[in-house]
Amino acid sequence: MLIDGTALLLNALPIALLGAILGLDMVSFPQIMIARPIVSATAAGAFVGRPAAGLLIGVVLELIALETLPFGASRYAEWGTAGAVGGAVFAAQPVGVPGALPVGMLAALATAFCSSWSMVVVRKMNARIVRTYRCAIDAGSAEAVTNIQLRCMALDFLRGFLVTLVALLIFVPLGRLLVNRWTVDAVHARAVVITVAATVAASAIWKIFHTTARAGWLFLVGLVGGGIWIALQ
Amino acid sequence: MTRRQWWATYLRLFAVQGSWNYETMLGNGIAFCLEPLLTTLPEEHRRAAVARHAQYFNAHPYLAAVAVGSLARAELDGEDPQRIERFRTAACGPLGSVGDQLVWAGWLPLCSLLALGAFGLGATPLVTVCIFLGLYNVGHFALRAWGLRVGLTHGLRVATALANPVLRQGPRVIAFVAAPLAGVAIPLALQRAIGPGRAVAGAVVVAAMVGAAALAAYTRGRAQGWRVALLALAIFVFYSVAR
Repeated sequence: MLIDGTALLLNALPIALLGAILGLDMVSFPQIMIARPIVSATAAGAFVGRPAAGLLIGVVLELIALETLPFGASRYAEWGTAGAVGGAVFAAQPVGVPGALPVGMLAALATAFCSSWSMVVVRKMNARIVRTYRCAIDAGSAEAVTNIQLRCMALDFLRGFLVTLVALLIFVPLGRLLVNRWTVDAVHARAVVITVAATVAASAIWKIFHTTARAGWLFLVGLVGGGIWIALQ
Repeated sequence: MTRRQWWATYLRLFAVQGSWNYETMLGNGIAFCLEPLLTTLPEEHRRAAVARHAQYFNAHPYLAAVAVGSLARAELDGEDPQRIERFRTAACGPLGSVGDQLVWAGWLPLCSLLALGAFGLGATPLVTVCIFLGLYNVGHFALRAWGLRVGLTHGLRVATALANPVLRQGPRVIAFVAAPLAGVAIPLALQRAIGPGRAVAGAVVVAAMVGAAALAAYTRGRAQGWRVALLALAIFVFYSVAR
């Protein structure tokens, strides 16, 4: 669907708009967690006409995103745009091709890397906007306060739009190229991707809960229960 | 205070981080949220309050509601500006650390794990997303509303409200629920994501446990997992395409 020149750009624009909304949610407004990959990738997959494919890559990305704790000034992955790009790139591949999931994941994580950097840039630009209004703020102008807020949010929206658009324009054709040259079989390709995601998820769970007494044992109890459930199915 | 003012402030709280930056952090957002509550003050007093609250401030974005309510109450009660400044300085740390532990390291992973579990049990995309967003935002919306209410009720004496059992014991209780849930939900999600083939699912779980132990032991928190995943996948894609 998302291929070739003008058609690619036209198809990418609505998803870029979606990426802008999802990217805005990460920090600026309204933080209702539509930026989490389980939501953002599913939404992008639905835009391309394959919500189930979007959910699949969203779940794998969510395993990795379990690690992301957006503490204040720390630099972390921005999953709104990343999920939108990953979901769209994966869902745009033909059904059942072996390399689609690894390539979609690579697109999503590379976008997360760029959008993480873009957030730092926007935060510095926000500081510059605040400085330009300094005199008005010191005079207690409520209008200046509102203007700063709106300008900074517009900037963040634009950041999400541009990151998603550029990432789609790169990764949709590149993804098609990589998938066409893919050599590892589907079962192993998927197993490698999911092992990587599960490794990060298990590490994240340990990092988050290891300070709580007996949490490790509770995790193991759950793991045994989950294993029995799967075995009985 | 009118109901309209309360709602205007509550809705603005969702944009409290709209101008987040490395210099004033939440400062401008706090002034933005406070503004509807200060409209009844005399012009000079209101301007002084806006100027004061647009300075540096940092807290967890959801619990910033407590600060907004407290600061509004203090301004409306005509508290000494120096006392208000001291409160602003003192509130940053507790409102940040309590919120981070309760929401980012507690409620958010718990809701993610529930959604992953639902996916593992065969939920459709719509149901999975609704479970995650619905559950998460019940807590999110309620926490912001509670914060604004207790702040406006207690003013600068809001510290007593922060002893609320939900804030003190919440992270521990969530960890007790989330740890076993993670043990169940992650393998279920993995199994559905991998598809048919129980042996592959078992191998993935074992490899992931070993990999996680290695990741935790060798990186010791220095490298973020998603960056390691990016590197690993880039190598894998290159291997598959180039061989």
